[in-house]
Amino acid sequence: MPSNKSVSDAPIVQFTNCRILRGHRLQREDLWVREGKILNPEKLFFDEKGSADIQLDCKDSIIAPGFIDVQINGGFGVDFSLATDDFKSGIDLVSQKILSHGVTSFCPTLVTSPPSVYHQVRDFLPSHPQGDKGLRLVPRGERAKAGHVETGIVLPQISIRNGGSHGAGILGAHLEGPFISKEKKGAHPEHCLRTFEAGAFQDLLTTYGSLDCVRIVTLAPEMKRSSEVIQELTKRGICVSLGHSVANLSQAEEAVQHGATFITHLFNAMLPFHHRDPGIVGLLTSDKIPAGRRVFYGMISDGIHTNPAALRIAHRAHPKGLVLVTDAIAGMGLAPGRHTLGQQVVEIDGLNTYIAGTKTLSGSVATMDICVRHFQEATGCSVETALEAASLHPAQLLGIEHRKGTLNYDSDADFLMLNDGLYVQATYIAGKEVWRQDALGM
Amino acid sequence: MRLVILEDYDQASEWAAKYICNRIIQFKPNQGRYFTLGLPTGSTPLGCYKKLIEYHKNGDLSFKYVKTFNMDEYVGLPRNHPESYHSYMWNNFFKHIDIDPNNAHILDGNAPDLQAECDAFEKKIEEAGGIDLFVGGIGPDGHIAFNEPGSSLSSRTRLKTLAMDTILANAKYFDGDLSKVPTMALTVGVGTVMDAREVMILITGAHKAFALYKAIEEGVNHMWTVSAFQQHPRTIFVCDEDATLELRVKTVKYFKGLMHVHNKLVDPLYSMKEN
Repeated sequence: MPSNKSVSDAPIVQFTNCRILRGHRLQREDLWVREGKILNPEKLFFDEKGSADIQLDCKDSIIAPGFIDVQINGGFGVDFSLATDDFKSGIDLVSQKILSHGVTSFCPTLVTSPPSVYHQVRDFLPSHPQGDKGLRLVPRGERAKAGHVETGIVLPQISIRNGGSHGAGILGAHLEGPFISKEKKGAHPEHCLRTFEAGAFQDLLTTYGSLDCVRIVTLAPEMKRSSEVIQELTKRGICVSLGHSVANLSQAEEAVQHGATFITHLFNAMLPFHHRDPGIVGLLTSDKIPAGRRVFYGMISDGIHTNPAALRIAHRAHPKGLVLVTDAIAGMGLAPGRHTLGQQVVEIDGLNTYIAGTKTLSGSVATMDICVRHFQEATGCSVETALEAASLHPAQLLGIEHRKGTLNYDSDADFLMLNDGLYVQATYIAGKEVWRQDALGM
Repeated sequence: MRLVILEDYDQASEWAAKYICNRIIQFKPNQGRYFTLGLPTGSTPLGCYKKLIEYHKNGDLSFKYVKTFNMDEYVGLPRNHPESYHSYMWNNFFKHIDIDPNNAHILDGNAPDLQAECDAFEKKIEEAGGIDLFVGGIGPDGHIAFNEPGSSLSSRTRLKTLAMDTILANAKYFDGDLSKVPTMALTVGVGTVMDAREVMILITGAHKAFALYKAIEEGVNHMWTVSAFQQHPRTIFVCDEDATLELRVKTVKYFKGLMHVHNKLVDPLYSMKEN
């Protein structure tokens, strides 16, 4: 039946025979999509007298919002912290490959790096419309012509963009470091660590250059003047995350009061829970969180970074704050062996990744769908809870749940078809299929 | 009238659905000739709607050439409120079938001019060629649609204030909070339903028994507006055993004795597949 053309000419697709995640539960409902957004079929019926142009039988699949990975350092041989000639194609490769893991939006993460990785060359082509605030990539050839020396810059090459058949959408960069604690640097290079005790926010700005495409900053709140920095970042809509830190609970609570809303990979690179000073972990049950705010925490549920019992303790203490992250490194998707992570070399062995020659964990190679399945198995939680930890919660963390992370009407139609085992069968962005499991399996 | 008595709610719902299905299919509706159906809301017809949806999903029944006219809608309730009759019809019927949205008519309780909306509804029914089969229910106070006790038996579609019995009965849909129940509604009149070529009233449950007794064993009375259908040439009352609890044994025995005749109306059950 043709749809009423008075509102829109765009075709209406009705996904039938499926169970959709809506209202925190799987419901037997059809999913309607038009112009890249989830459509309200009742409104369509009564207001527009419209109906579907195309009906697709989903063979009883589960339909869930696309996964959002807010901490991913690279994959498939690409390292987001390493400036290379073809950095752009590297990010494109990762964003395309993670579609098969169910990730439809992500925050490319840069670990602690030398300033040259963050800084953009200050001169822009005069024709640039946004002048000094823009982050359009200045092609190498043009810069060389202008007489500038090209340094290995990375951050300016990351731009916020919508996903599509080319790959998952980029929500902005996650800068993990260099304003972190020496004692909890993990795999981050010590020589690149910095403080902002001299100039506070100005120091941070000098290190990072522009914050235009930055979405999350991980820092250690015990550092001097962190409160000012956290306030400034929060004012600019940047999510502040606490991590790689030896902060005690009061310092962490103060950071939250100044605006921090996230914890970077809970348990890892922070003081262990102690019953007289729970440290950052104590934020999960702190009573000093400002009213109406929620602290979220990243969990790497690859079965290695966190013991399943610890995962369960965190989940049970604060289920609504749990955000699944991969913290994937360049080696994700590659065969076992040696690979680079930022300025260091790491060794992959199965799902384990260590700084080469040590037993220090350095990032993960588990894909997001593996993390979702492992989280569900380890905690025994419902399918809905597991799926929301990778979609709704990261969207809430970033304040974008009105358009991402749910299948609510008018949201972006970024969704997945999964089987009952939570294996991704197909990935859709803006209502278009951008990846499908082929019959032979991948 | 025909009084069709089935054992329980499920069987009554199924009989009614089969009857509607057969009527539509035997009518042989097409592009130039639509089957017009009047439809009710509430808990009674839910089982019937489920069966109709089942016949549709099995490919036996299509609503492509069916036009529907609902009996009523609350006034002042937002159309997308979960308890509006628009929501009810979408969730319980329309979203599961293949009816053309242009052919599904429900009164708009938020229209700027309510009487004009009612007049327009009457006109739409007239333009559709009248109603072939009007399906309705009965309230505990014996009302048909929202034609509350005291409604003229020749009334047309109009605005009505709901009686206390009705508000009490509907409170269960509004968290049991009487203050949340709408107090006014637009409704087809008794006369409007009487104009239909055929009327089918679904009555199930012991709480409706007294109303059924008043409707068919006592006189035609504007206090029990369903009684008006005693004067309609083709009315079927479909009920379960519990709804007959206030009837005379003689009445029940007589009509139960006719079940073999009644069942010929639903057996064989036709299917559009056979065409």
